[in-house]
Amino acid sequence: MFNYTFHWNQALKALPQMLDGALITLQIALLSMLIGVACALALTGFRLSGNRVLSGFATTWIEIARNTPALFQIYMAHFGLGNFGIHLSPYTALLVGIAFNNAGYLAENFRGALKAIPDTQTRAGRSLGMTALQAFRFIVLPQMLRVAFLPTTNQMVWAILMTSLGVTVGMNTDLAGVTQELNARSFRTFEFFALAAVIYYVIAKAVTLAARAIASRMFRY
Amino acid sequence: MIEIENVRKSFGTLEVLKGIDLTVKKGEVVTVIGGSGSGKSTLLTCINGLEPIDSGRIKIDGTEVHAKSTDLNKLRSKVGIVFQQWNAFPHLTVLENVMLAPRKVLGLSKQAAEEVAVKQLTHVGLGEKLSVYPNRMSGGQQQRMAIARALAMSPEYMLFDEVTSALDPQLVGEVLDTLRMLASEGMTMICVTHEMKFAREVSDRVAFFHKGVMAEIAPPEALFGAPKDPELQKFLAATH
Repeated sequence: MFNYTFHWNQALKALPQMLDGALITLQIALLSMLIGVACALALTGFRLSGNRVLSGFATTWIEIARNTPALFQIYMAHFGLGNFGIHLSPYTALLVGIAFNNAGYLAENFRGALKAIPDTQTRAGRSLGMTALQAFRFIVLPQMLRVAFLPTTNQMVWAILMTSLGVTVGMNTDLAGVTQELNARSFRTFEFFALAAVIYYVIAKAVTLAARAIASRMFRY
Repeated sequence: MIEIENVRKSFGTLEVLKGIDLTVKKGEVVTVIGGSGSGKSTLLTCINGLEPIDSGRIKIDGTEVHAKSTDLNKLRSKVGIVFQQWNAFPHLTVLENVMLAPRKVLGLSKQAAEEVAVKQLTHVGLGEKLSVYPNRMSGGQQQRMAIARALAMSPEYMLFDEVTSALDPQLVGEVLDTLRMLASEGMTMICVTHEMKFAREVSDRVAFFHKGVMAEIAPPEALFGAPKDPELQKFLAATH
């Protein structure tokens, strides 16, 4: 049927190298989420600000992030900005690209969460004498967190998987980058990529399960 | 004392309050009856400043509610309001629901707030439900919790906006009992209600609203026994 001898040993020997790469992957994903959440909060604020310039800026960002390929966003961070003399290393460009993408999706997610909390909750708080800020802080925000939490962790998984796009801008230290280099040297494509896929899967699954465990502890109602 | 003088209020082109005058003295229970859209609920939200008014004046113990200089948050801790939809805070336990405003608005310590909350929750018969989340309770229990939540601010006045209208029929009784208890304790209350029997029992005076006008106001015996306003006669005939 097909004439191919698997050489798993070669791949397994490279496992420590690949796991080092996986750490870089995780690092970029985590950083991109931190930056993404911060930017998304700002974008959500801009949108609600009623200022046309700010809300226009936020809308443009969100539209581009959500409706163009993540690959292009990373390309732009590396090669696109390079045209203007702004040279980002593959690592930074990958981080910026993914953070940009995260922020767009998360901002939309946060807006949805805000809409999911009925105005009557704020009204109930205000009628007890709370200021608008207190009602938001103690009544709306904690409920928003619950609504936004799982979609946010989904974005984290997505960020982990997006890091593999880094190979297109010369990233060679993350899991995909390391795997790609090993492949180039050995041509054991199937074995290396299968092993990398398993590692991606394990990380992604671990994040999802951890998120669920945290959610069930944090949101008891 | 709550003094309402010639209050007018429109939503767009629809005038829902067409010059309302009403004075409620300390310790008095006034119920407001009338059909949907008669303006009775709007009046309550105007009294505690949740809604602005177009003209006229509402004064609470001499403080004008809609004056720019009035600290509405301070005023609202004096005037409790409970709505048709009880708006439990779902992320907080029953105890935390009731403790929140005393802590954040009145600045009570955790212990003091808990003491007040336990006292009020026990008062409305929820002493056993302190650590339960609202969604585990019936509508009637949640509504009683909302009443305890308002009472925990030690209000001098309570406004009840059709607090039994969203409840299953078998749960109405427990909430009305809570209101009766408050009335018997001397709480000053304005209750918008569709429960005629209740209005007849607890009220010092009953007001009938029709199309934004207070068409008649009288002690319950007179209002139910010998209604003068033709619209009120029709309304009573339809609801009996």
